[in-house]
Amino acid sequence: MLHSRKLILAHFWLAFIAFGAALLLGAWQMFVRSPLSGWISNPEWYYRSLTAHGTVMGYVFPTLVAMGFGYAITESSLKQNLIGRRWAWAGFLLILMGSVVAMVPVSMGLASVLYTFYPPMIGNPLYYIGVVLVVVGSWIWVGLMSINLRIWKKAHPGEAVPLAMFANVAGSYLWAWTAVGAALELLLQIIPVSLGLKSTIDAGLARVFFSWTLHAIVYFWLMPTYIAYYTIVPRAIGGRLYSDTMGRISFILFLVVAMPIGIHHAFADPQVGAGFKFIHSAFTALVALPTLLTVFTICASVEIAARLRGGRGPFGWVTALPWKNPIMLAVAFSFVMLGFGGAGGLINMSYQLDTTIHNTQWITGHFHLIFGGAIVIMYFAIAYDLWPHLTGRSLGSEWLMRTQLWLWFIGMIITTFPWHYVGILGMPRRMAFFDYTSPALQPEALSVAISAFGGFILVISGFLFLAILYRGQFGERNEPGSYSFAQALHMPQKVPAALNGYALWVALMIGLTVTNYGYPILQLALRNDTSVPAVYVGVQ
Amino acid sequence: MEEETELASSNKSWVVSAVGITLVLFAVSALLGFIIFPAAEGRESESLWASICRAAGLPVSSTVNTEGIQGTKVAIANAVPSIPPGESIGRGATLAQQCAICHGPTGVSRADAPNLAGQYPTVTYKQLRDFKDHVRVSAVMSPFAEHLTEENIQDLAAYYASLQRIELKTAKPGVAAPTIVVSGAPLRGIAPCGSCHGAIENKLGSPWLEGQSVVYLRNQLEAFAQGSRRNDVNEQMRNVARAMTQEEIEAAAQYYASKPHPPEI
Repeated sequence: MLHSRKLILAHFWLAFIAFGAALLLGAWQMFVRSPLSGWISNPEWYYRSLTAHGTVMGYVFPTLVAMGFGYAITESSLKQNLIGRRWAWAGFLLILMGSVVAMVPVSMGLASVLYTFYPPMIGNPLYYIGVVLVVVGSWIWVGLMSINLRIWKKAHPGEAVPLAMFANVAGSYLWAWTAVGAALELLLQIIPVSLGLKSTIDAGLARVFFSWTLHAIVYFWLMPTYIAYYTIVPRAIGGRLYSDTMGRISFILFLVVAMPIGIHHAFADPQVGAGFKFIHSAFTALVALPTLLTVFTICASVEIAARLRGGRGPFGWVTALPWKNPIMLAVAFSFVMLGFGGAGGLINMSYQLDTTIHNTQWITGHFHLIFGGAIVIMYFAIAYDLWPHLTGRSLGSEWLMRTQLWLWFIGMIITTFPWHYVGILGMPRRMAFFDYTSPALQPEALSVAISAFGGFILVISGFLFLAILYRGQFGERNEPGSYSFAQALHMPQKVPAALNGYALWVALMIGLTVTNYGYPILQLALRNDTSVPAVYVGVQ
Repeated sequence: MEEETELASSNKSWVVSAVGITLVLFAVSALLGFIIFPAAEGRESESLWASICRAAGLPVSSTVNTEGIQGTKVAIANAVPSIPPGESIGRGATLAQQCAICHGPTGVSRADAPNLAGQYPTVTYKQLRDFKDHVRVSAVMSPFAEHLTEENIQDLAAYYASLQRIELKTAKPGVAAPTIVVSGAPLRGIAPCGSCHGAIENKLGSPWLEGQSVVYLRNQLEAFAQGSRRNDVNEQMRNVARAMTQEEIEAAAQYYASKPHPPEI
């Protein structure tokens, strides 16, 4: 039973409205740097838009979804009222306030530094302070998740923590630790320079700090999606989860190895030694493991559903699946995109192969396919699944939802496949302007134009999604019953203590941070010849 | 009680295996990354320890002679106060009498020296400091800047910034903005001139260029390209100028010199 409906709805609505606005900016960016549009003559507008798009899509939107979904999981899986609801509202307001504080200087062109900050570029301090507020708001959520679980455990000694909550808290701990990197970068390095207290900055060290956050943040975005795979999908399609233990192992593996691998984002950076780059590359390979476990487990769970519905044969069961169910459709699309995106990711994580595509449009194609595709399509599914329980009204036509999901899938493929391709041709990322009349760029023109059309399809799908949710607020009243999660084929009777808590895994995560990041950070922090003058953006 | 013991013992085996597997993975990847691969690269006359240090990213002291090569020492963010005190402008006016022979009594030059009337104070400050610090060198300017104090430089910057930007008689209106100014040359990594020097955006420390002498503009671009001027922050201008063609240098210089108005304040 969901008691904090208003709280959860507020998180989702703010997340999705911000998402809609940022989606429009994204499509505009695709358009203006494609051959379909003339040169806008002012690259600053492009970077301003890009900063807003990245900040909203990277920091605000997924964080709010994870938080809202986390509160829903707490109440429905633990079957207890959320403890600390006022704090939860305070966290929400901090995020709202932080988003506004950050977006004002960005809109005014005072902080067009992109959401990854890229020092030595330095923008208006309010931008960074806004981002810090967003992170602090989300840390309140981390604390609440931990406290709620602790109280439940006290009341239920020896019982297995429900998988949804186990995964949710693992995700919150991952976020708490991975956000520390960017927080250190902002508080120790960028904000002092931005406030004018210092005028030089160690850009190399800042990039290492950011890489601490930059990879695992993707796994934080991915957590709600994986939780939905394990705990919503089997129930929604009338099946059983194949293995509860496999789920627990996947989530603790994410907790341990998602974070100490971020230097693969800095393969081209000279300030990090090749030995550390290799270690990070090797550990990045490990993070494929929980994804492979998940794909196996979910395919098995889906097969159970198909066979329960009368599916036969080694592959014939696929046709027996409830393809008209939006959740089924979403998970299938998500897996296809995860497959292609994951395969591309194998290139990025390899120290050697990465050199062919580093800093090209391949990378932007890759993370849009994984995040915008595989992850966000499951956010849609989560919203569709939860909405009737939040509003007490039925959501209306499944046909519209299927159309929306199809459009998102097609749009994302059309956007990202040509994007990868032009990356292989060598087209650099983060550029506002391409002169397609140059013979060197002409082979890229058609692909970029096709990609822009994909962006337009995504806008249609995104706004259809908002319209479906909006209509759902005024739909027919309908008591959907209590919100539940998938049952495992063998429900856990007794779980090893290690798979029911986090101490060991958090310790390993921190330990690996020390071994994998300790020396590169200390080396740069202790040297006094690594700083460069700051480049101030938007001031004269 | 029995159940608790079972839980505890199973936890112990989890701890041992998880920590053990992690340690082995780390040891193997460290062995490969720090010892085997660097050694396999086979740099002759490199000891094992030196190759480990190289893999760890320990910088080797450079053998390049950097003596005499210095970057700017000016921190431009807080170089000058945003509102200078009134007496600063007065003192600057007195000091500026020695500058007038080249830069003109009203800050507008008839000698192919830069027009300074209404130039951003940060710009004037930074250039004077760079001359004084020997980071920018000019046979004419260096001796003047040598004896200026920090306060003198602040005052001169404030004075020239306070002068009115006037319409120039040398202007040839109607010259269309060349591509290099509006769009740069992305394929060669050249940002548009206007993205720092106005029209698109002003970046801190970048002067406005409208109405400056064509000879001066051309000479400076060539000096940046050849590396004889090197007081630009982070080598921005040298990177741009090196990649520019002679035609682009000429077009940019002609265009900016032809503009009648310095930008409005």
